[in-house]
Amino acid sequence: MPEATLTRAPAGAAPRRRGSRHGSNAWAHVLLATGGVVMVFPFVWQLLTSLSTNAQVMSVPPVFWPGELQWGNYAEVFSKLPFLQEFWVSVSITVVRTVGQLVLCSMAGYAFARMRFPLRGVLLALVLSILMVPSQVYLIPQYQIVNGLGWLNTVAGIAAPGVFSAFGTFLMMQFFKGVPDSLEEAARLDGANPFQVFWRVMLPLAGPSLGALTIITVLWSWNDLLWPLIVSTRAESMPLAAGIATFAGRTTTDYTVMMAASVLAMAPILLLFIVLQRRVIDGLAHSGLK
Amino acid sequence: MTSVDRSPRAGAGVASPARGSTPRPAGRAGGADRRPRRSHDGWWPVLFVLPTMFGVVLFYLWPIVQTGYFSFTEWGAFGGQTWVGAENYVRLASDPDLGTAVVNTLVYTAIVLLGIPVAMVVASLLNRPGMRFTAFYRVLYFMPYVAMPTAVAMVWRLIFNGDFGVLNWLLGLVGIDGPAWTSTPGFALVAVSVVGLWTSLGFAIIILSAGLRNIPPELYEAAALDGATAWRQFRSVTVPLLTPSVFFVTVITVINGFQLFDLLYALMGQANPAIQQTQSLVYLFYNEAFLRNDKGFAAAIAMVILLIVGAVTLLQFRMQRRWVTYA
Repeated sequence: MPEATLTRAPAGAAPRRRGSRHGSNAWAHVLLATGGVVMVFPFVWQLLTSLSTNAQVMSVPPVFWPGELQWGNYAEVFSKLPFLQEFWVSVSITVVRTVGQLVLCSMAGYAFARMRFPLRGVLLALVLSILMVPSQVYLIPQYQIVNGLGWLNTVAGIAAPGVFSAFGTFLMMQFFKGVPDSLEEAARLDGANPFQVFWRVMLPLAGPSLGALTIITVLWSWNDLLWPLIVSTRAESMPLAAGIATFAGRTTTDYTVMMAASVLAMAPILLLFIVLQRRVIDGLAHSGLK
Repeated sequence: MTSVDRSPRAGAGVASPARGSTPRPAGRAGGADRRPRRSHDGWWPVLFVLPTMFGVVLFYLWPIVQTGYFSFTEWGAFGGQTWVGAENYVRLASDPDLGTAVVNTLVYTAIVLLGIPVAMVVASLLNRPGMRFTAFYRVLYFMPYVAMPTAVAMVWRLIFNGDFGVLNWLLGLVGIDGPAWTSTPGFALVAVSVVGLWTSLGFAIIILSAGLRNIPPELYEAAALDGATAWRQFRSVTVPLLTPSVFFVTVITVINGFQLFDLLYALMGQANPAIQQTQSLVYLFYNEAFLRNDKGFAAAIAMVILLIVGAVTLLQFRMQRRWVTYA
């Protein structure tokens, strides 16, 4: 884990400030670990209760270790709520939105950053103005459009508005603005048309930005609740976020199954995060928004 | 854990093209407007921009105009809108729920903002010289931020349960008889806010960490040469140079705070007797628009949310001159 030293002070800099107090990081570890336990406790508790009996969940004082692990709770998830259908909806809307945004936002971002056309400034201002508007302001008309198309309770209906993103366009535009002109000019001199320049020269450079946009879109799409709740009324056509909330609204006492379902719903994203931790954290930090 | 190529400047990671192969020119590439280039790109820009413009106009821009119009209409039971002038706004002004929702949203936002000083402490600890396991700690603190809010709300419901929750058991150990957190007005808002703080802490830590790493070590060395104590260095170097990051985190936290919905909905549930006293602005909107189907009234609520968020953000940018130091 070399980062602690590498990210700061260039090698060979004067001895670090406080460097003489060696080993004084012990109390920092104590504080960070204590805080870390608080941060992680809900996840651990969720995992433990998902493997307990309902009686154990409701006992006072609490049972911290369930003893015999109740894996059956996980089997019940599939019979008590349409988990597989909901999982499939979540995956579908996430894929549709992410692929859509990667294609559309990078193209529009590229054009806004590096092409000249009439009304460029006006169109850009229009797109960016959306960034300042809270989603409630367009939800009712969006619902009407989706309803009018007969898309309620469909993947298309849940995914559609989120295929387009002002934020994604802005993110990609910022990236393309920073690419030196020379690369583009060289390709043009070789006779490439604008699409070829974009596709063969510019996009391959955009890896980190496309990665950040992917992370943001996947996270938001998987976790979003309000819009899916509005356009899907049947449990089997909801994504997991809405499905879990609806299930919890119906049954108030089936705690263990509720926990097992939540664990399963979160697991794909949390595993992805743990595997790609640095990229996820940097991607989110640098783009500044979920 | 390959951190070697990590750019020391936050914000550069996304924007810097092909790290390593092309060193970034000092003044960026000059922007789109200043380069001498062919006078037009023919029809290509249309191909590139049209799909996005289509979606943006259809799903975002036109809806904004429509909502503005809807806020002056009343919706019939079988569709169709009648122009009612400012009636919805008049009704809203005297609706006690609006006041409750505004206050709740502000309280929630304020409590979540308390996470920023905590995040500052955590970030400084993570950035101590020679600190190890920082990647591990970052994962721990960041996990709540990426986890699905509805799913984590389920376990918080149990933790906050009045009869058998872990929290009340812990409070019981020190002789406090805890309430039924999620169904008692007042306490429910605190519960939701605590979860909100827990969720957003990681984000603040990451941004503030990046801010801390941006502070040139020479400044500390110079301060030390001048005989500044560790506390004095913190106060005169760290704090002022961190204010831009703090400002950024504050703005984002406030904007997100005003969007409180998921946690509230999932933690309390629609059938909760305390929901009316605990509702946020977005919940009020959702309830009027899609549960009570009073879409004209809801559109007025949406416009009020737009105004409040706009005003608060503007205010923050106005105030930044007073306390944010740009080096």
